[in-house]
Amino acid sequence: MSDLRSLYQEIILEHNKSPRNFKKLDGANRILEGFNPLCGDHYTLYVKLEGDTIVDLAFQGAGCAISKASASVMTTLIKGKSVEEARAMFAMFHELVMGTLKDVSFDHLGKLAAFAGVSEFPARVKCASLAWHTMRNALDAGTGTVSTE
Amino acid sequence: MSTQVQIPEAVKRNNKFSVEALRACFPILQESVRGKKLVYLDNAATTQKPEVVIAELDRYYRHLNSNIHRGVHFLSEEATAAYERVRLKTREFLNAASEKEIIFVRGTTEAINLVAASFGRMNVRSGDEVLVSGMEHHSNIVPWQLLCEQSGARLKVIPINDRGEIEAEEFIRLVGPRTKIVAITHISNALGTVNPIKNLVRLAHERGVPVLVDGAQAVAHQRVDVQDLDCDFYALSSHKMYGPTGFGVLYGKEDLLKAMPPYQGGGDMIRSVTFEKTQFADLPHKFEAGTPNIADGIAFGATLDFLHSLDWDALSVHEDDVLGYATEQVSSIPGVRIIGTAREKAGVLSFVMDDIHPHDIGTILDQEGIAVRTGHHCAQPVMARYGVPATVRASFALYNIRSEVDALVRGIQKVKEVFH
Repeated sequence: MSDLRSLYQEIILEHNKSPRNFKKLDGANRILEGFNPLCGDHYTLYVKLEGDTIVDLAFQGAGCAISKASASVMTTLIKGKSVEEARAMFAMFHELVMGTLKDVSFDHLGKLAAFAGVSEFPARVKCASLAWHTMRNALDAGTGTVSTE
Repeated sequence: MSTQVQIPEAVKRNNKFSVEALRACFPILQESVRGKKLVYLDNAATTQKPEVVIAELDRYYRHLNSNIHRGVHFLSEEATAAYERVRLKTREFLNAASEKEIIFVRGTTEAINLVAASFGRMNVRSGDEVLVSGMEHHSNIVPWQLLCEQSGARLKVIPINDRGEIEAEEFIRLVGPRTKIVAITHISNALGTVNPIKNLVRLAHERGVPVLVDGAQAVAHQRVDVQDLDCDFYALSSHKMYGPTGFGVLYGKEDLLKAMPPYQGGGDMIRSVTFEKTQFADLPHKFEAGTPNIADGIAFGATLDFLHSLDWDALSVHEDDVLGYATEQVSSIPGVRIIGTAREKAGVLSFVMDDIHPHDIGTILDQEGIAVRTGHHCAQPVMARYGVPATVRASFALYNIRSEVDALVRGIQKVKEVFH
């Protein structure tokens, strides 16, 4: 059970139950789809970018607890950040779930620390990463559908 | 030279059936995963292999390894004879009329692609129709879609009812004058539905339409008699019936196969080659280009011997008991909805629970040593039919037992604890 608790942290379960910014965002100027066809996780990410600042973002869709909580937590962390800050956070999150993050205190990670357990579940890394990859592609002005499978 | 490993008497016909003796034939069932005793309930994805099959693979590479159908040396002759003996065993296993009707392939997927490419190229034209059912695996949809795109034919779908069954009236309505072939699964991998193949074949034949049966899921659970079913093609995979991966069989009626063009060109499938003209080999070799999967084919022969020795009457009673028990136990858990409630079912219990995603359920069960499949099971149209993105699928084989169902139920309770 302890291993499971490392994956299904309270924060993750809570964000899965009540996802934040879970809506269509009017006025979004970057809209991108994140879709993992093998597992069926499927989200639309709405980003409102003004100059260099992500003034608002939201998401809709369906998927497992890990993918949904990850998307929800991401929206709360990225809102109001600059593009550069968002990219840095993506890099940190990526290393965190891949288990390659070194020498960073959990205080620095904040809410992201809840996803540290994902690295012990290789099959679930793609779930945790989906929204983040979608966000990064949205910032790159990418189009089409993002997949982490 | 025969294998050293003996099949225990207690699993054989004319003996009192013992599922524990049967389980003892499968070494992996004694394993632990994540510190828990393995509970393997992903048999629709692939079944485990008995010791006799593993030993035969080992024996082949140690004592027999050689290319077949070409060498004049001792090993090649031995290997060729062993490989061709498997064809005779397969003919017997399926009760085909002739060994010419037994084509060796990589698996069910290749078997269906072979028929779609070869039979399809010859018979399906623009405006024609290919009929599949709403419960097909992607491997019995996509090859036909490709054929339809190339030929201008239409893919039509027999709908399934809420229980996950094909209704004969719908079937009759859809088999029309332009239908060139019906491709249908024997047992659904996502729902467990056992289709009334014999009756459907009869209805199709009354309208002059041949039928391909996807037997991938069926052969693990029941004996198949292709002459009794009267189907025109029957496709199966060794690895879903306790044999090695990478090997399978296409059964086809001789007159149909004879008229069909080759699927792939290469060595082994020719009689003579010049740059002007190639004469193809006779059946079955016409459809077997290149060096085949000799080792797994020979080990498939050991699989057939193993299956042949079993007491299928007792196994059928045992399997029905375990699936019935699982259905009763799992469906009584609050919040669980069973997907696929056909009156005739085998091997599969697919379900969803509350608003907990199947992947989360799968991960938690895995921590308990329980292997299930989660996802769309390569049957996305089935998921769409029931309005779910995915299901949890517990799938059973001959060797599963009630106590494993109990472990599954405890695992599901744990999922509920985690998600409150």
